[in-house]
Amino acid sequence: MATRMAIIASKGSLDMAYPPLILASTAAALEMEVGIFFTFYGLDIVNKKKYANLKVSPIANPAMPVPMPNMIGMLPGMTAMATKMMKGMIKKTDTPTIPEFIKTCHELGVKMWPCQLTLDIMNISAEDLIDEAEKSCGAAMFLDYAAEADITLFI
Amino acid sequence: MGDIDLKADEVLDVKGLCCPMPVVKAKKAIEALESGKVLEIIGTDPGSKGDMPAWANRAGHEFLGLTETGDEFHFFVKKG
Repeated sequence: MATRMAIIASKGSLDMAYPPLILASTAAALEMEVGIFFTFYGLDIVNKKKYANLKVSPIANPAMPVPMPNMIGMLPGMTAMATKMMKGMIKKTDTPTIPEFIKTCHELGVKMWPCQLTLDIMNISAEDLIDEAEKSCGAAMFLDYAAEADITLFI
Repeated sequence: MGDIDLKADEVLDVKGLCCPMPVVKAKKAIEALESGKVLEIIGTDPGSKGDMPAWANRAGHEFLGLTETGDEFHFFVKKG
């Protein structure tokens, strides 16, 4: 049986959307079987209305390239500025955008499951999800998949 | 791994690309080759020095070696 990796993606900010997609596409290139369960804010990564516009928050984020006091980070426009800055840094390395990464993961056979409970809580319909996503599923189905995994990650 | 003289059947240029794209593109490129053929991957990402052998071995290919010319790395992988 192929090596299997099961990832839970629980965050929806731009900086937290990259790690699961980078690891998933890399694992698939290494001929691993990969599944990602998108739950809570992580669902934004497979929401077609949101996934191209994920943001970075400058609030309570001491890792910002230009350190910014929270008082300043609170001001209007600062999240947009932090997001623009990070997108610029990402682009400089020719790293794909989130939608491009999703497409790559899909081409490589990565399974992307939206969490059913999150759809219900956030009142999101299946039509709002990207075409590359699988049918939504529950925790039991994901755990059944993860129980046979060699690598499990919570991001 | 020093100087090796290898002939590639196919060449893939991933210069300028960063993790994980060199490995992702190498996976796609090697799919088009027949078993036993050699893919040469030319890149500039220093992380690839560790990533390429890891990918090749994990994916069932054979990592033949690496040559460095200036800022460029030339990886040779035989399809398994």
